[in-house]
Amino acid sequence: MAGAATASLADLLEASARRDPGRIAIVAPDGRTLTYGELDLAASRVAGFLRAHGVVPGDRVGFCLPKGLASVTVLFGAMKARAGYVPVDWHGPAARNATIHRDGKVAALFLGEARHDVLAEWPAGTLPKLLVRVPMSATGSAAAHANVMHPFPLGAHDFAAALAHAPLAELASPRRRDDLAYILYTSGSTGVPKGVTLTHENALSFVDWCSELYAPTADDRFSSHAPFHFDLSIFDLYVALKHGATLHLVGEELGKDPKALARFAADRRLTIWYSTPSVLSLMAEFGQLDTLDLSALRHVLFAGEVFPVPGLRRLTRLLPRPRYWNLYGPTETNVCNYAEIPLPVPDERTRPYPIGPLCSHCDGLVLDEQQVEVAKGAEGLLWIAGPSLFQGYFGRPDLDANVFQTRAGRRWYNTGDVVRHVDGEGFVYVGRRDRMVKRRGYRIELGEVESALQRNPALREAAVISLPDSAAGVRIDAHVAPVTPPLSIIALKKWCADALPPYMSPDRFVFHATLPRTSTEKVDYQALKAKSSEPSP
Amino acid sequence: MNTTNKNQPGDPSVEIADELRRFILAEFLPGESAANLRDDTPLRTGGILDSVATLKVVSFVEQRFSIEVEAHEAGVEHFDRIADIAALVRRKRGT
Repeated sequence: MAGAATASLADLLEASARRDPGRIAIVAPDGRTLTYGELDLAASRVAGFLRAHGVVPGDRVGFCLPKGLASVTVLFGAMKARAGYVPVDWHGPAARNATIHRDGKVAALFLGEARHDVLAEWPAGTLPKLLVRVPMSATGSAAAHANVMHPFPLGAHDFAAALAHAPLAELASPRRRDDLAYILYTSGSTGVPKGVTLTHENALSFVDWCSELYAPTADDRFSSHAPFHFDLSIFDLYVALKHGATLHLVGEELGKDPKALARFAADRRLTIWYSTPSVLSLMAEFGQLDTLDLSALRHVLFAGEVFPVPGLRRLTRLLPRPRYWNLYGPTETNVCNYAEIPLPVPDERTRPYPIGPLCSHCDGLVLDEQQVEVAKGAEGLLWIAGPSLFQGYFGRPDLDANVFQTRAGRRWYNTGDVVRHVDGEGFVYVGRRDRMVKRRGYRIELGEVESALQRNPALREAAVISLPDSAAGVRIDAHVAPVTPPLSIIALKKWCADALPPYMSPDRFVFHATLPRTSTEKVDYQALKAKSSEPSP
Repeated sequence: MNTTNKNQPGDPSVEIADELRRFILAEFLPGESAANLRDDTPLRTGGILDSVATLKVVSFVEQRFSIEVEAHEAGVEHFDRIADIAALVRRKRGT
């Protein structure tokens, strides 16, 4: 078992590979598998390839790949070479993906061939010096792609060359727990995503806490629903592989189909499931769970957003056997609070469940706007300290200054989430005071949506608000003033689809001649909310 | 040229397409003019239907036309345009 000697997430894989190299580590969406021994060797080859092409410790290795054997191999290869990985949304807009990899100053980029459109978003001469083309047949994803050779720049390497390279030999300098492990980009309020920078120490402190609470074994079968740019994937990848269990990757298409997803969980006899509440709600509603044998399931974990009680009640009635866990924490800290849901969920309950007590590796404070501790039970902002706390936003000390605070020699992070500490329940989530909302587990800065719309030449003005929605949790309304009315909503949706990930696209568009303004000439968001709350014509 | 006008009135494929259009406009495009939602407007790739919205359209189609849509039929290949969905419904109903 990984103990005090563990310095890196890559050590977890290597220890499991030494214990039982023939055991299946990964089952890819296309059904192909990698044993621990195979994955470890393939990742060592990628690491050798990276080093031979000038990637040094602390560098960033970007990838834009579907869920599959290639993406898992690349992320471990990067970490074996003591570089950090920078994943992006496989289906994300080309311009946004290129922006993220440019911001992270990646030294290498592994690009799935079907996303060659991303290349056009890099100005001439700015592409990373090491560009690796990954043919779709080599990604291990389930998506049916014609394996056409797309024009890649001269000098691009083929993934086969990385997999055939001599494995990285003994490292000249040992791995360190404070080495960069990965950078996960989340929505930024000014329109530019921000890179949450995390070390091996940050991830391992969380992984070790999970080991204690869930006591997984090599016989467990984990789901891997979250994409690798989403921090729920940290649990899936590293808790599963630390314990020699098998990780069942859920491909992008399957992940969106609740009926097929439920069948997948039953067919694979999964024992540990982790996803957002919205995925579980959809499975309860559309998954025909009553017709399936899901008796192997021991733990169902959810995080990323509040689980509306009706959906949770429906799910736990259909599947009463597993234990259910509400996990809470921003990407910046990973999970810092947890609560087991006591079953059954009573008929009369409408209030969402608390986020619970702090994890044993985290400390928390509830402070007011002046950073003074509030009385117990009062509302305040949740601040977190501990070994899982991120290093900062990559290359953005200006943003760091807003969220970090040193108190008595310790670094604390302001989550921006308003909570109350209640006896017997731990922490109760209240809401937010800024313009960040969560949808399907993803963070959305309304400012990023606004900024995408403001770039549309057909619009004179644009402002975006969120409203509570009984079905979806949150609804996003865009208020826009076209240059020349009338403007087609379909054209606006297409613009958003090209500029933003699907979960950020506004649900409704409301047209104005000019946007309402306050006396100080700022957009009057209160007036927009009132307008949005009017019944539809 | 609006592609909905190609067929004769009373043609079942026109009726299916018009019902789909009414549903999609009311649910996902409130305020949009019906003329802008053509039979060949891309729904998935055009950002009109995301994955959750697609599930709602599948549910609507199954209930309204008494057919069952398989998971593999709800992908971008069969479900990106009103014309494709209407064709799928026609095939399933044998009309």
